[in-house]
Amino acid sequence: MQNKLIKWIDHRFPLTNFVKHELTGYPTPRNLSYWWNFGFLAGFVLVLQVVTGIFLAMHYKPDATLSFDSIQHIMRDVNYGWLLRYMHATGASAFFLVIYIHMARTLYYGSYRAPRELMWWTGQGLLLMLMATAFMGYLLPWGQMSFWGATVITNLFRATPYIGDQVVVWLRGDYTVGDATLTRFFALHYLFPFLIIGGVVVHLVALHTVKSSNPSGIDLAARDNIPFHPYFTSKDFYGLGLFLIVYCSFVFFFPDSMIEPANNIPANPMQTPTHIVPEWYFLPFYAILRSVPNMVGGVAAMGLSVMMFAFMPFLDRSRIPGGASNRPIVRIGFYLFLLNMLVLGYVGATPPTDQIILVGQVATLFYFGSFLLIPFISIAEERWLIKRGLPPEVEALIASEARGKIKLPFRRRSGDIK
Amino acid sequence: MAENDTVGDTGRRKFLIKVTAVAGGAGAAVACLPFISSMNPSADVLAKATTEFDLTGMNPGDMRTVAWQGKPVFILRRTPEQIAAMEASNGGLYPEPDQQRVKQPEWLVVVGVCTHMGCVPNKEGPGWTCHCHGSQYDDSGRVTRGPAPKNLEVPPYRFITADKIVIGEA
Ligand code: FES
Repeated sequence: MQNKLIKWIDHRFPLTNFVKHELTGYPTPRNLSYWWNFGFLAGFVLVLQVVTGIFLAMHYKPDATLSFDSIQHIMRDVNYGWLLRYMHATGASAFFLVIYIHMARTLYYGSYRAPRELMWWTGQGLLLMLMATAFMGYLLPWGQMSFWGATVITNLFRATPYIGDQVVVWLRGDYTVGDATLTRFFALHYLFPFLIIGGVVVHLVALHTVKSSNPSGIDLAARDNIPFHPYFTSKDFYGLGLFLIVYCSFVFFFPDSMIEPANNIPANPMQTPTHIVPEWYFLPFYAILRSVPNMVGGVAAMGLSVMMFAFMPFLDRSRIPGGASNRPIVRIGFYLFLLNMLVLGYVGATPPTDQIILVGQVATLFYFGSFLLIPFISIAEERWLIKRGLPPEVEALIASEARGKIKLPFRRRSGDIK
Repeated sequence: MAENDTVGDTGRRKFLIKVTAVAGGAGAAVACLPFISSMNPSADVLAKATTEFDLTGMNPGDMRTVAWQGKPVFILRRTPEQIAAMEASNGGLYPEPDQQRVKQPEWLVVVGVCTHMGCVPNKEGPGWTCHCHGSQYDDSGRVTRGPAPKNLEVPPYRFITADKIVIGEA
């Protein structure tokens, strides 16, 4: 009976074929470590956010006079409303955590290199959409932090040349963040996740074209691939279990740790809280914004700081695959960069005294400097590593990449292996 | 013959395709305008454009905050010492004489929105301090410490009677 039905469908739609090629039988490098779990986890959190969000929207009211109270209504009166809200609020942080780890893995192992540039760039687009969604969602509870966060961020658009002031009024639909702003943010906050789902489909189609990278950086396509199911389904679900332990401990035991106390005060357009901080996942970029004394310059620097990652495929000139696992200097640079991110995060969370501003400026210079130095460092490092002698598999891969279909955008250099 | 004229005439076909694409594109662009315009402030928001405020009951040194277009407006009744100090200086980062910023030296009316990122500065000691990123303004609303790039804005206002002002029209 079941076979008959599947046969009937297969005549009209490539169901079995699709499942076999793209899901169960999808060839996956067998040496993937747990750092390769985070793409799946991001997909899981996306579904979680969409589901909890839809159920919250059944009780939430996007109106400046009602929204703050409707959150209290959800917390106190709606059955399991507290759970839905805590899951959604914690889920936002979890989403960024998972995505940042996913990005760090890509940077560490050089997975953005050819032929995976489009994956990296679609991922960058998804990050921007995620940031926009999170930012708009943060206004919805209509607390003090919501209101002033939205005020400060929409004000950034004043840096637009010539029409800055009009753009800000247009974005807000009012002279200040108000009811019009709240309602449109709600509409867009509901829309964006579906755009993100569309972006994820593109990201996955690209993935299934170029296949997963792996920690060695060596192309295993022919030799060492195994079917996704059952090996990686079980690995992903094990990782999911660990993730859920961390996630649930936040949801059930520290749900307020991600909610600023000032956001339990209703929005008051006449009074700014003494210290405005964005959510933790925006802190490094916020620190960069504050580090530039000139306003337009600060906005430009912040925008650029998020977009810098997109240039990685061009900046990294080395032909040695495997990223930091084969490249000691990249490894040092990677950890220094992470450390610098933590410094920036700390600066972003701290009120701006003269000292803190200075630390922020040094860290900002280091942030951009590390990107701009990559072309020089990667070439010098490649020379040094080749002189020192590479493992034969790596050498073979470099040679095959230079010859093969995947043309890397480099010319041969003196001192190369032939 | 007819075949040569129509099907074979690629120059004419290309021209028609171009014209169609341009006309269609222009139509689509114009169709976007209502949607974009709908996001601008609506008529009821525009209708809140002016605010009246009664100045009676304010002693020298007092400050009041009133809402105008949803924004806070600071009204400061300045003491003679404050007036003297402000007239003596020309401001800080964005020099401007005090006389240009007031209608009557006793009354300072400024929009209480930091010109940096839009926080509301607090009245602290002489002038205002913005806690968001540490900008400072003097008792004429002029910026004396960055990162704010400009002085606090003076809204259009006028005295309807000796002790009543209307903000939003000059
Ligand atoms: S908003 Fe006032 S200093 Fe930045």
